[in-house]
Amino acid sequence: MSDFWGLYNYWIAIFLMMVGFYNVIARGNLIKKLIGLNIFQTSVFLLYISMGKVEGGSAPIVGAGISSFSNPLPHVLILTAIVVGVATTSVGLALVVRIKEAYGTIEEDELIAQESVTQ
Amino acid sequence: MNSHLPIVPIILPMVAAPLCMLLRRRTFVWGLATAVTWVVFAACAQLLLQVSTSGPIIYTMGGWNAPIGIEYRIDLVNAYILLLVSAIAALVMIYAPQSAARELPPDRHNLFCAAFLLCLTGLLGITITGDAFNVYVFLEISSLASYAIISVGRDPRSLKAAYNYLIMGTIGATFILIAIGLMYMMTGTLNMADLAQRLKEVHDTRTIHVAFAFLSVGLTLKLALFPMHVWLPNAYTYAPSLVTAFVAATSTKVSIYVFLRFVFTIFGADYAFTTIHLNAILVPLALVGIFIASTVAIYQTDLKRLLAYSSIAQIGYIMLGIGMGTVTGLTAGIAHIFNHALIKCALFMVVGCIVLRLDSSRLEDMAGIGRRMPATSFAFVLGGLALIGVPFTVGFISKWYLLLGALERDWWPVAALVLLSSLLAAVYIWRFVEVAYFRPAPDDATPISAPPLSMQIPLWLLLAATLFFGVQTDLTAGIAQRAALWLLAGGP
Repeated sequence: MSDFWGLYNYWIAIFLMMVGFYNVIARGNLIKKLIGLNIFQTSVFLLYISMGKVEGGSAPIVGAGISSFSNPLPHVLILTAIVVGVATTSVGLALVVRIKEAYGTIEEDELIAQESVTQ
Repeated sequence: MNSHLPIVPIILPMVAAPLCMLLRRRTFVWGLATAVTWVVFAACAQLLLQVSTSGPIIYTMGGWNAPIGIEYRIDLVNAYILLLVSAIAALVMIYAPQSAARELPPDRHNLFCAAFLLCLTGLLGITITGDAFNVYVFLEISSLASYAIISVGRDPRSLKAAYNYLIMGTIGATFILIAIGLMYMMTGTLNMADLAQRLKEVHDTRTIHVAFAFLSVGLTLKLALFPMHVWLPNAYTYAPSLVTAFVAATSTKVSIYVFLRFVFTIFGADYAFTTIHLNAILVPLALVGIFIASTVAIYQTDLKRLLAYSSIAQIGYIMLGIGMGTVTGLTAGIAHIFNHALIKCALFMVVGCIVLRLDSSRLEDMAGIGRRMPATSFAFVLGGLALIGVPFTVGFISKWYLLLGALERDWWPVAALVLLSSLLAAVYIWRFVEVAYFRPAPDDATPISAPPLSMQIPLWLLLAATLFFGVQTDLTAGIAQRAALWLLAGGP
């Protein structure tokens, strides 16, 4: 049982991941899909960050009396991944703006309806 | 200078991309981009030459040795893919200006070139790097740039295609990120060579099984294996022709390379095929993909879309070869990466030529095109024959090895299915032949001039290559076989 709760950080990450993933699949609004995608990516960031934590360890700073510290590498990796996430969101939002200009809507079902009318 | 050669293919397009953005004159922009791709191509050719004579090259970034620094590790497999990607980019760049003048918004050429070069940077970076996390970063660089260059097509549906590709591509990339995280969790390293060493000790843990699952799903999404291919047809159809020619020939191929790299050199063929039974998933999916995608291709009314579905089928052949897990199967897979890239790039270039003159890629508009654009139509037929796998073309070489591989493992039904599926390819190529040569041109048809030389030269060079490598197999099948042996031996 302690194993089950001792790994609560992973449960949180997986829960958020599923929330995001569900939103990407189930929502018809293009912006809401992007928000879902964002939550999905952020959950992976949490997975990485909590992975680097060493129990009882301090921040990874050189100083007197510090013997055990958290692993800084996953944190640094996630800085890069956050930048990637921001870039993805901005490209996605830019595309949504262009879709709105071209079609006048950002609802997926209306976009599909327009398509079948034109064909 | 020579010791810094491995960094040239990455740094050059990356620096040239913002420069392109600053330039205003269209000729300068295309001139700079073309010059850059050709220098990159020369560097990659030199790298392949060095690797094949004197073995793998290791380049430490900034002088920091692995595992602290990021290292670039070039061996036969990725040198081969580097050469392929840079060659396609260099040819597409010659082809591009005329086609772009027709299909791109006139004031966006500098931005387009910048995104194109970034996409190239990403693709080459994925291939060259020896660091697992670096793969993810470069993967996102190339994907983000490709969403941008796909979305500039004239048809507004290109926007929706790019959006869908963005959603699926990001899910795929995030899955890969999760897998890399789990692998790091168990081994404490991101360096591929170290990962390969240390994963052996923790093979049996559930974390590594999960990592493998995330990795394979993420990568198959990126490389568009059936049934994860849904982003591909629209993206290829509505993107500008030159983008389709480039992306179809490179981006899925690079993803297949990453798949090979992770499955064979990091996890090891033993783990993938005897512990996980990867072939039990890959082979059926590949076969189903070949048949469904080829059948769907037959019913398309748009030539670009037809070729897009054909791409999904061809990726099925590549994955079938890889799924066999034998030297011959793997040789077929690796050879077909190269061969299919040549053929598909040439075919999409033909479509670009037709779009340039007819302003449409719909089959019904192409009635009688065989007499109105004889050379271009003949080029399509030639490429189509290679796609079907007629002897003396490259397509035959890969199909031959694929059949040998299937027979070696006594998979008679698979061999029969591969032959049968070639018939489907013949049918969808025939669709074009029938429209182009056997239907009369519309009465009001005006004479069409041949496409400009700058578009024809790269096209015919590619077709000449498909014929040349169909006879002279040392370079493609020979290197593919050496690479296959090397991968199955578990790399370094």
